[in-house]
Amino acid sequence: MTAVAETNKGKLTAEEKAHLSDRAKGERNLGWRLAGPAFVIMLLVTLYPICYAVYLSLFNYRLTDPAGRKLVWLQNYITALSDPLFWQAFTTTLIIVVVTLVFELVIGMAIAMVMNRVVWPRKTLRTIVLIPYAIVTVVSGFSWLYAAQISTGFFNRWLHFFTFGGFSENYNWFGGRWSSLTIICLSEIWKTTPFMSLLLLAGLAQVDSAQEEAAKVDGATWWQRFTKVILPNMKAALMVALLFRTLDAVRIYDNPYVMTGGANKTETLSMLVGTETVSRVEIGMGSALAVILFVIVLIIAFIFVKLFKVDLTTSGRS
Amino acid sequence: METTMSTKAKNGLGVVSIVIMIWTLIPLLWIIATSLKSTAALADPSQNLFGNFWPKHISWDNYKLIFSGGASDLFLPALWHSIVVCVVSTFISVVLATFCAYAISRLNFPGKKLILTTSLAVSFFPVIAMVTPLFNLWRQIGLFDTIPGLIIPYLALTLPLSIWILSAFFQQIPWEMEQAAQVDGATSWQAFIKVIAPLAAPGVFTTAIIAFFTAWNDFVFSSNLTAQSAQTVPAALNFFTGASQFVQPTGAICAAAVVVTIPVVILVLVFQKRIVAGLTSGAVKG
Amino acid sequence: MSSIELKHIVKKYGDGFPAVNDVNLDIKDGEFVILVGPSGCGKSTLLRMIVGLEDITSGELDIDGKRVNDLAPRDRNLAMVFQNYALYPHLTVYENIAFPLRLQKGKHSDAEIDQKVRQASDMLELDEHLQRKPGNLSGGQRQRVAMGRAIVREADAFLFDEPLSNLDAKLRGQMRTEIARMQRRLGITTIYVTHDQTEAMTLGDRVCVLKRGVLQQVASPRELYEQPVNLFVAGFIGSPPMNFLPARVDGNRLKLPFVDVPVDGELAEKVKGKDVVIVGLRPEHLKDSTVETAPEHSVKFNAVVDQTEWLGNEQYAYIPYEADGAVRKQLEDLDRDLDGEGLRTQMIVNLDPRSRVIEGDEARLAFDPAAMHVFDPHTGANLTRDDDKAAQIAAESEKLRKAALARAHKREVEQAEKSA
Repeated sequence: MTAVAETNKGKLTAEEKAHLSDRAKGERNLGWRLAGPAFVIMLLVTLYPICYAVYLSLFNYRLTDPAGRKLVWLQNYITALSDPLFWQAFTTTLIIVVVTLVFELVIGMAIAMVMNRVVWPRKTLRTIVLIPYAIVTVVSGFSWLYAAQISTGFFNRWLHFFTFGGFSENYNWFGGRWSSLTIICLSEIWKTTPFMSLLLLAGLAQVDSAQEEAAKVDGATWWQRFTKVILPNMKAALMVALLFRTLDAVRIYDNPYVMTGGANKTETLSMLVGTETVSRVEIGMGSALAVILFVIVLIIAFIFVKLFKVDLTTSGRS
Repeated sequence: METTMSTKAKNGLGVVSIVIMIWTLIPLLWIIATSLKSTAALADPSQNLFGNFWPKHISWDNYKLIFSGGASDLFLPALWHSIVVCVVSTFISVVLATFCAYAISRLNFPGKKLILTTSLAVSFFPVIAMVTPLFNLWRQIGLFDTIPGLIIPYLALTLPLSIWILSAFFQQIPWEMEQAAQVDGATSWQAFIKVIAPLAAPGVFTTAIIAFFTAWNDFVFSSNLTAQSAQTVPAALNFFTGASQFVQPTGAICAAAVVVTIPVVILVLVFQKRIVAGLTSGAVKG
Repeated sequence: MSSIELKHIVKKYGDGFPAVNDVNLDIKDGEFVILVGPSGCGKSTLLRMIVGLEDITSGELDIDGKRVNDLAPRDRNLAMVFQNYALYPHLTVYENIAFPLRLQKGKHSDAEIDQKVRQASDMLELDEHLQRKPGNLSGGQRQRVAMGRAIVREADAFLFDEPLSNLDAKLRGQMRTEIARMQRRLGITTIYVTHDQTEAMTLGDRVCVLKRGVLQQVASPRELYEQPVNLFVAGFIGSPPMNFLPARVDGNRLKLPFVDVPVDGELAEKVKGKDVVIVGLRPEHLKDSTVETAPEHSVKFNAVVDQTEWLGNEQYAYIPYEADGAVRKQLEDLDRDLDGEGLRTQMIVNLDPRSRVIEGDEARLAFDPAAMHVFDPHTGANLTRDDDKAAQIAAESEKLRKAALARAHKREVEQAEKSA
């Protein structure tokens, strides 16, 4: 029915163009009067800062020394890209993105399939799974931080107990890069997998169960049904979920900030921008890093939309 | 499907579900447990149960600390800032987005698609990239560390989200209803008030919750664009101090975390169905 | 209650294509008129123009002699039942029905509204559902609520937009008779859009057949069936549909795929000079001459039956044939106009159920040449249409309609007296 209504509406506009141009004009005006304020404010608060950042990134500019502001063109970018600190943050971010995505996708898919199939406790499960989403990221960061700390935590004690003493009670998770990243990733996975599974569940719901049954009758194994029927049918939802999560993970900030503050080479790109700007008040350099991060996000979105053909305007909405 | 599944498979799935639920709940329970530990019990496994997890004796000291003790001058204003900033920015976003989404789903005008695409693209922006220019600008024009200085960037978080989700919601409203109301003798205004508004209200409400929560969750803007007089709770948690200078603020942070988390968790759980619909229909991460 | 008059109604969309083209229709007070046609024929657009949801590009729409082209829907005082019922999901059944009354502020007291709603719900057997929300109702119940909302309005006319298309077959049959009964009882002018010809035939006093926005024929169901004006109407009305056979004109004979038919008199005159014509033959006019006595002057022939379907009360046999190249294109176009699938050409025969013909048998068939419709292959016009007979059928149906209305009215009065 919506389709009919829409075509009618479409026809109406076309008709108005031809015959009732006054009315079409009126509708156009009303449309922009209603949508305009939101659009303009949205552009002002987002696009303007980005453009301003591009401009600022061309200067050598410390906030504490406004007089020393100097146009240096691309110098900031060259400095940033040749700085090992940048590449270290880049690697850290990349590791977090890849690890969390893989786990979130696998676990999220598993949870989505359980939620799709489970008879009991269906409702409770669907409710409880939303909890991590509802928790402020900083709070979840603190929770995992305290859980893994030697003094206050329970991780080490539980691991010690379950490995029959094989795991040391005094293992310092935040003593090294990899162990710190493990906790950061764990916390990130815990926080965002439920959201992933909800998106995937919406995709699973679109898979026609009759197709699955047909495949069953055709003699497909469980794995074949999963890879040949379920996955291709929910590809759109899968891609959208993946894109959203990738772009989110690239921007990771709260979690490592709370847990390590960037110690042990765990600083991410977003954190680097933050420190450069706020602690060191290097506005020019901070802006250049911000622009680089922005470009990375653009590239990822471009890859998804162009190469994987993710259609964002339709796939999200049924 | 239910009928074809064997009891064994059903039980298996039930067990897996319980495992998922425990995994989901533990960090939440943990932060509650930690908030209920006395300072002495924090690092002393002998005073706790289940391998240093749950305190043997529940202590409300940490809550006293944040509400009336040493941490209260940090926590209470931060809580107030959080509420004011989030409520105001949510309100502005939802009102603007409602008009915008109504126009997008109901009227024909060039640029509809542009608005939707932009709002989606904008929600992909790395927020930190906005911090540097805003930091510079706010410093210059005196908006740094002020409530408006936080509300404006929060609009950048909530507005695109609201436009996107609300447009999806509004598009699901069967507009045939409006025509039916007109044939039934309603004026445009009556059709809107009596038929469309009641149908749109749940969508607007859900969007408001999601937008509010997105703002509530923010740490990037708050930690970088405020110092003290406009700091929200997530940022303030980092500046907590313990009961005395030499005590870690763990308990106080946990208590504060519980205070800011529980209402949102309840809100999200109560409106669970609608929020899921909102999130997946807009396919936007909150 | 009122009459509705459509004068040269045209609806053009942006591309200039007329979705509805020059429709003239005079709907009498209390008449039940059906708009029917294949999808995209403009029937819904026409209805939406009458109710005021679409603008009229040109032409004039009169209700009770008053021009209403520019009136808003609410000022036309018409009631409409939508295809998806368009019930308000946030209101109870009671409030849904009361909705139009509540909109007329100050016109009705609460007691009046209550009385009207109860009356409607009683009539539609909705009493026990009044406090439920539409979401919890079955399709048939929703349909009745939508009708209730239309009834309380005491509108000048009822408009239905494919109201039964979302119901299953059994319920559709029930609701169909329900709508017919209600219309007679209320004696209200009704316009009903459908693509289902069973609904068209059973419900309508008069049926308007539309094809691509153009009115083909407006007539009583019987006249449509017996005296169609052209190929399209003949093919659209009737189930299973009329068989169209190509026929070569050879002097006084029509050469059909299976048999030659002699023609004489007026018809011979009309086909003279034509190379080919299309002969329409209704399935029930073909008889198995071994079990039924064929009428006099029947033409008999043998044909191999490809497939039979025995339904208990009747039996269909399918006989494939090769369409003549000269009219193949016409027949294919017609098939497309009628939403056909372009399958193989075959003749359908409605056999007597006693017939023991089975697949592969050679059946002995017969038909009366007088039952043939002969169509001009180029214009599609029916060459055998008898205008006098058609006029006679029209007069008869009009008489029957008036009688039915009067009867319904009398019964109503009697009932009122009885209850009083």
